[in-house]
Formats: sequence, structure tokens, C-alpha cells
Amino acid sequence: MFISSSRGGHLKLKRIGHVWQRNFMVYTKLYKSSIALNFVEPVLYLTALGLGLGAFVKDINGVPYINYIAPGIVASSSMFAAVYECTYGTFVRMTFQKTFEAILATPVGVDELIAAELLWGATKSMFYGSIIMVVIAAFGLVDSEFVILVIPVLLLSGLVFAEISMIFTAIVPGIESFNYVFTLVMTPMFLFSGIFFPIDGLPSLVAKIAYFTPLYHLVNICRSFAAGKIGVVAGDVIWIVIVAAILAPYPFRLMRKRIIK
Amino acid sequence: MKQRAGLSSRPFLMLQKGCWQTAKNMAIVIARNLVKDYGTLRAVDSIDFQIVQGECFGFLGPNGAGKTTVMRMIHCFVPPTAGELRVFDMDVVKRPDEIKARIGVMPQDDSLDPDLSVVENLLTYARYFDMPRKESLRIAAELLDFFELRGKEKVNIKSLSGGMKRRLLLARALVNQPELLILDEPTTGLDPYSRHTVWDKLNQLKSGNTTLILTTHYMEEAEKLCDRVAIMDSGRIVTSDSPMNLMKLHNGNLEDVYLKLTGRPLEA
Repeated sequence: MFISSSRGGHLKLKRIGHVWQRNFMVYTKLYKSSIALNFVEPVLYLTALGLGLGAFVKDINGVPYINYIAPGIVASSSMFAAVYECTYGTFVRMTFQKTFEAILATPVGVDELIAAELLWGATKSMFYGSIIMVVIAAFGLVDSEFVILVIPVLLLSGLVFAEISMIFTAIVPGIESFNYVFTLVMTPMFLFSGIFFPIDGLPSLVAKIAYFTPLYHLVNICRSFAAGKIGVVAGDVIWIVIVAAILAPYPFRLMRKRIIK
Repeated sequence: MKQRAGLSSRPFLMLQKGCWQTAKNMAIVIARNLVKDYGTLRAVDSIDFQIVQGECFGFLGPNGAGKTTVMRMIHCFVPPTAGELRVFDMDVVKRPDEIKARIGVMPQDDSLDPDLSVVENLLTYARYFDMPRKESLRIAAELLDFFELRGKEKVNIKSLSGGMKRRLLLARALVNQPELLILDEPTTGLDPYSRHTVWDKLNQLKSGNTTLILTTHYMEEAEKLCDRVAIMDSGRIVTSDSPMNLMKLHNGNLEDVYLKLTGRPLEA
């Protein structure tokens, strides 16, 4: 996936690993202060909507409402983990902290650096999604142990969300511009990707747009796996793979342009 | 890379003293008609210079003269717009990672990792050079000794003084045992005591045969450290010689030389 982006030379996996490891190391120092927050929001959605709204909306397609939204919350938590990391996180490393400048004075090249940032975003995405999955399983909201298969998918979808975020990071004029990204892109995607209700009820244009978002397909996958239905998600997985591949060159191209004047 | 691997068993400061790769007086940085444009702004305007093994070469000039851009081209951060730039006889555009493996860079701004401790900063940086853990631990310990940061290993970066941060930045630049050390305004913003400490360390490195390239707008720094200086103004090299010769030729200190050659005072 990263081959297309290398310019005059191949990317060294080892160096990508070094930068990934730097991010991991910093994360292990800071996670205590941030990890709790990542639990709070999904649990709030589950209780407020799952229990609160669920008292009125008994079930959707025969599934109790809280069981319906729980796998979707796994998907959205996973998405937001990658998005926060590769917008605010990457931006701070690139600008205020000058981390990129320091790294690029070593044999690590800019493409290796970006590859590591994307993989780190994908890793966090997988990690947070998996944790929320454990949480909903503990609440008894998962019907099948096949849900474990979601983990590799989360890495893949995490890569897509990391790529999308990195594209924004490469083009925003300043860190405050991420407000627009969250308000105009991420929040609508979160609301209209079938987490809280099936998208077929939406006006057809909105439903069509929703169908093209990677989150919609990830929600489908999470929901099907949680219910033990495996075969039905092949199309969704292929869609995510295709999006990951199509987007792959752009974070590299745009970040290179941003970093190297 | 192979020739460097064998050296890792030697103590660090010994290594700095060895003449193990290039012969004395061999040019290790060569620039010909070097140009750098940022959009419509010509930051570096067709300059030529050569820097030889073991010397300390200074780029002098006010902010915006193009000094930092020259440094950034040498350590392969920005590509030249035109002209030729060779480091260790390699083209900066074609073989950046091989060049960067043999260079140390001390940036103008603090780019230490604020979330990592003093020693973690060094070890993480060493990893980018593919250095084995054991070797980087040993070198980090030697560097912390050399820069009088012993006992601060586990200290948070945020609680270091400005002088200590500069010394740590310099230590980090030496973690890969570079043959060439690039210093962008190494003592800007430091108090006189810290400044002298950094100068002292740089002089020690110099006598150990590490080639130094620095930018500065402190004349005293240039006089104390540099064997040769290039005076830059608006992207050009106005003159280049030893500080001694320049001062003799123009009958004054380096500030007078600058004023005479460009028609304005240096620290404007």
C-alpha cells in the first residue's frame, strides 16, 4: 500500500517501525490520562441512547435497540481514535513540537515518517475499537464470539480513517481548522452511518452518500460479526480495502508538499 | 555503513579523535551555484563554498540572509532549486539517507520530545539510526557525562533549563557519532554562562576532528569557534575567509567587516 508513494528508493520497514515505536512509547506514558475519556463517551451513548431511547424504540429489525447500536459504537470509537490521532496528534508533532523536523534529520525519510504515522493511527483505531468491543461484550450486548474477527478489520478501517485525517492535516492552514473537519465531516458521518438507525429510512440522496462512507461499511461489519453472521460482510470488507488503496498515495503526496518546502 | 560498524566498540570520545575515514583537508561539503527558491523568494542566490574535513565553518549574517536554508539543504531537509550540493561526495537529492546517517543536526528550535525523559530522548533518537540498544545506552551515558547532564536521565524535558535543553539537543545531535555536525544558531537565547559552556563543548569536539558547520549572528561566537566564515547577505556570500584575515583586511572586528561589506550593521 505504501510502495506507490516512495520516491527514488524503497521504504524501510525498520525505520517505519522506529517512528511507530516512538509514538507508542509516548502513548504508554500518557494513556492513563486519556484512556478513561475514551471509555466515557461510548458508555454515555450506550446508556443515554441504548437505555434511554431504547425504552421507546424497542427494537430495530427484531434486535433490541441497545444491542443494535452497541456494535456501531465500536466502529465509531475506532474511527474517532484514528481521526484524533492523525489530525490533532500528527499536527502537533508536525508543527508545535517539531518532532518531524527532528526525525527527518536522521536517515528516516518523509515517506517512512508518514507511513509510520498512518500505521500508528490505524493501530490506535484497532486498539480502541477492540476495547469498546470488550466493554459491550461485558454488558452482554454481543451474541457471537465471531466478533473477535472484527479486530483485523478495525486495523484496516483504521488505516482508511488515518488516511482521510492525514489528508486534512496536510491541507489545513491551522489547528483550529480541524473544527470544520469534525463538524462538517466526522460528526455527519458518525450520525448517518447506520449506527443509530438503518440508513434506508433516510432521504435517498442522504442514504446514497452514507453508503459511500467507510464508517457505514465498518458499522455493517461490526454488527454482523456481533450477531455471528460472517459471510454477509464480504462486500463491505472489499469496499474498505478499495478505499484504503485509492486514498493511499494522497497523504504521502500532500504531506510531502507540506513538510518539504 | 560497514566501516562505521567496526567503530562502535570504541569509546565515543576516542572515536571523535580518530582520523578514520576522510583525509585532512578533503572537502566534505561542496556547493556550486547553489540556489534555493521558496515560491518567488530567492532565499539562496547562487552560492559556492567548500568545507573541509576537521574545520569549523561559520555562516554569518542577519535573520533572513539564507543561513538556515543552506543548513537545511546540507542535511537534506529541503532540496536545492538549482546548482549542485555534495556532502561526503554524494548528491543531497540522490542519497539523503546515507548522508544523514553520517551527520548530526542541532536545530535552531527546541525539537526535543517533551513527553519523553532526557535519556529516552537520546535512545529514541539513536533508534532512528538503527543503532542497537546496547550501543545507544553506552553512548547516551557517555554523552550525558560529557554534557554534564548526569543524574538528569529520568528528568522530564519540561523541567530542564534553557541551557540544559541546548546541551541535550547537542548531545542528541551526536548520538550517531557524526563526522559532520550542523549547528543552527547553537547559542541563541542562552545566558552568557550557558553560552560559554556550549562553546567549550564545541571546541572539544573540534579538537577531536569533528567537522562543524554553524550559523550565527554573534560575532564573538564566530571569532571564538570558526576557522573560516562566510558572510551572507540576502542569499549571497559576500566574502569568505578566516575571521583573522577578514579583520586584518578590513581593519576592525567582524561587525565592522559586515558593516563595510554590506553597508548596514549586522544586528539590525
